[in-house]
Amino acid sequence: MIKQLSWKVGGQQGEGIESTGEIFSMALNRLGYYLYGYRHFSSRIKGGHTNNKIRVSTTPMNAISDDLNILVAFDQETIDLNHHELVDGGIIIADSKFKPEKPEGTSASLYSIPFTEIANELGTSLMKNMVAVGASSTLLGVKPEDFTSVVEQIFSRKGNSVVQKNMEAIREGMAYFKKEAGNELVDFHLEPVETKGRMFMIGNDAIALGALAGGARFMPAYPITPASEIMEYLIKKLPEYGGTVIQTEDEIAACTMAIGANYAGVRSLTASAGPGLSLMMEAIGLSGITETPLVIVDTQRGGPSTGLPTKQEQSDIMAMIYGTHGEIPKIVMAPSTVEEAFYDTIEAFNLAEEYQCPVIIVSDLALSLGKQTVEPLDFEKIEIRRGKFDLSEELPELEKNVYFKRYENAEDGISKRVIPGMKNAIHHVTGVEHNEQGKPSESPDNRNIQMDKRLRKLSDLTDRFKTPVFKDERHEDADLLIVGFNSTRGTIQEVMPRLENDGIKVNHGHVRLLHPFPKNELKDMIDRAKRVVVIENNATGQLAQLIKMEVGSEKLKTLNKYDGNPFLPAEVYQSCKELL
Amino acid sequence: MATFKDFRNNVKPNWCPGCGDFSVQAAIQRAAASAGLTPEKMAVVSGIGCSGRISGYINSYGFHGIHGRSLPIAQGVKMANRELTVIASGGDGDGFAIGMGHTIHAIRRNIDVTYIVMDNQIYGLTKGQTSPRSDMGFKTKSTPGGSIESALNVMEMALSAGGTFVAQSFSSDLKELTSIIEQGIEHKGFSLINVFSPCVTFNKVNTYDWFKENITKLSSIEGYDPTDRAMAMNTLMKHNGLVTGLIYQNKEKPSYEQLVEGFKDEGLVKQPLEMKKDKFDQLVSEFM
Repeated sequence: MIKQLSWKVGGQQGEGIESTGEIFSMALNRLGYYLYGYRHFSSRIKGGHTNNKIRVSTTPMNAISDDLNILVAFDQETIDLNHHELVDGGIIIADSKFKPEKPEGTSASLYSIPFTEIANELGTSLMKNMVAVGASSTLLGVKPEDFTSVVEQIFSRKGNSVVQKNMEAIREGMAYFKKEAGNELVDFHLEPVETKGRMFMIGNDAIALGALAGGARFMPAYPITPASEIMEYLIKKLPEYGGTVIQTEDEIAACTMAIGANYAGVRSLTASAGPGLSLMMEAIGLSGITETPLVIVDTQRGGPSTGLPTKQEQSDIMAMIYGTHGEIPKIVMAPSTVEEAFYDTIEAFNLAEEYQCPVIIVSDLALSLGKQTVEPLDFEKIEIRRGKFDLSEELPELEKNVYFKRYENAEDGISKRVIPGMKNAIHHVTGVEHNEQGKPSESPDNRNIQMDKRLRKLSDLTDRFKTPVFKDERHEDADLLIVGFNSTRGTIQEVMPRLENDGIKVNHGHVRLLHPFPKNELKDMIDRAKRVVVIENNATGQLAQLIKMEVGSEKLKTLNKYDGNPFLPAEVYQSCKELL
Repeated sequence: MATFKDFRNNVKPNWCPGCGDFSVQAAIQRAAASAGLTPEKMAVVSGIGCSGRISGYINSYGFHGIHGRSLPIAQGVKMANRELTVIASGGDGDGFAIGMGHTIHAIRRNIDVTYIVMDNQIYGLTKGQTSPRSDMGFKTKSTPGGSIESALNVMEMALSAGGTFVAQSFSSDLKELTSIIEQGIEHKGFSLINVFSPCVTFNKVNTYDWFKENITKLSSIEGYDPTDRAMAMNTLMKHNGLVTGLIYQNKEKPSYEQLVEGFKDEGLVKQPLEMKKDKFDQLVSEFM
């Protein structure tokens, strides 16, 4: 019996590869195992190799695995492209239809199973995926009935006979494989775990659910990979809360429409990836100078331009922090797990209203689309804070021709916020420099007052922000401090015990607040480490540059990967060893 | 009841003496009073350019945004609080050049916003360059040899895009302009009102006198029926777009807000932000 294994299904895009992985992993999640899935896909709908790699474990983990135990193949290309990941004694289960061949030099065993033929006998070749799920999960010791609830959930709307046929396909796949392989493969059986209700979701699900729980009621957005799931979830759920999603003509409209709705008092967000973020830059400045709350989600992908639109990268840091002309207060927060993506999204709306400024939630493709097991989210932790804004407040009457001081020069820089429709609160809002009433003013004194007011708003943020740096400090003084942000957290966590095993004292700091930068927190960690390595999916080491600028360390080394794929634990381990 | 004086503030417009935009400002104030609005329940969202300053010259909630983006901001305001009357405004450069993508989609989306374009066929605030509304051959600082691009016929475009309220007026004709704006405010859906608003400083061709000579009032055309889209299109083509009055109105098509599933009559801003525990548990269980 084993504690974990890695399973991959591959084929042509449009062949149901994603749903094959989905059904396999949903069933295992319901059995109580921890899952982590990563999809390799291309920017096209039909054709081209795609695969879904899923790690199954009896204990929590948040990273893709270095190697592979089972490969399910719907074409020869899948075998040729992926067999090198297979461990010694790994298994290839392939559709007999394409007459699979074992590549030279692989020690894996190949089982040719008539996926398509069995499915055709049951009525439709569409069910070949279910045959494959059945055949491959037999290896793990999973029983046909473990799939019942998942199959019912997915196919019940198509009728009971479809449910039964799909279950039959799973059973036939299992039976055929058992007959073929005999009982020689029990090594892959997973240790049983306690069945427990855990969620199985992608980061974008958590962001969307967080937005809903955090009171967001309006989302204008333009579709883009890897952000679209957020708008697709919210359009299904918002009507029940009176809200909606508008698919806008472009990201400029999305961002400015969200500004309009926030100005009028509704928590609104938009979500995009690099190209959309670039288009929003001017509007982000408008949110800054007009002190209008705004929440933007940036799910990073490979850039520049269209770059690698379906691949992992973390190269928008500088654009998010420094993008937009002029100088504004802005918050950039970076959740590093799916759970954090949920809680941080709620908090983003609170901070946007409390500080009346744009807040960017940064994710990356691996975090946004990686599907994983998540402990149930805690309702009690949901909190809504609106800062200096009270819709029901009764305000004193204004004198004739005097506007409400929406931009009053408050000590903390944060003025009372009022919205259209409120009585005795009329004021002007403009992206032109303005006075306390919002009326345009070019006076140098006023300019200084308003700029200073805006820019001091965030002075207490790094102290107030909950866990600006995730710290795993196992040692007072470390040989090595590893620093990262977003989805690399699970990978780094996985590497730490391997390095510790070699006698290396390792600490881990994961930056969760990119701007304003939590320099004191990080400086303390850096000071207590002999060496520091910053791990990031980009070519120029943007996080490392930021740390150098904010903290000023000479010790920093960087580990960069920008080929479109997430770091494997083994790569990080190897590089850390080489650095020491 | 508010009067048009209640929509005035004491901010002195920075427009040139004689600018057509003064009349548009006055017409909005009169129309708002006539439509029975109060300043607190109105929001004017404007773009960038001379005319974009208008949101600061009317006593109501005003949002002066960025160049070309008055419409998405205005639509966001309306979606957040449909109990407000939302007026978007700006110039022809703002709406038909940099903001054209938003204009055409706002027309087909049909959110209840009244969009007033102050069309002077030139870029005024940047001191005299060509606009999408400039005629062929029009000489400006950016087209010293005369414009070699066609002027956009915005009213025809609005009809093609499925506009439900398409109107045009002239800033000299305060009575007609006020009436058109009031009808636009009362229209349930998106209304596009293009106003010939001469630039006395940079446009020496399309002057007040030029418009007076060239405009045909639809009220003077016998049998003109603003519910007949084909007649509207033919009339625009026949007069090269130089007509004023209500060109076309479709009262049958519901506004976007009326079609949104679950959208309440009360403003979205008044809906609770909190989620009940049983709802949350249900949402969580969907991921199990």
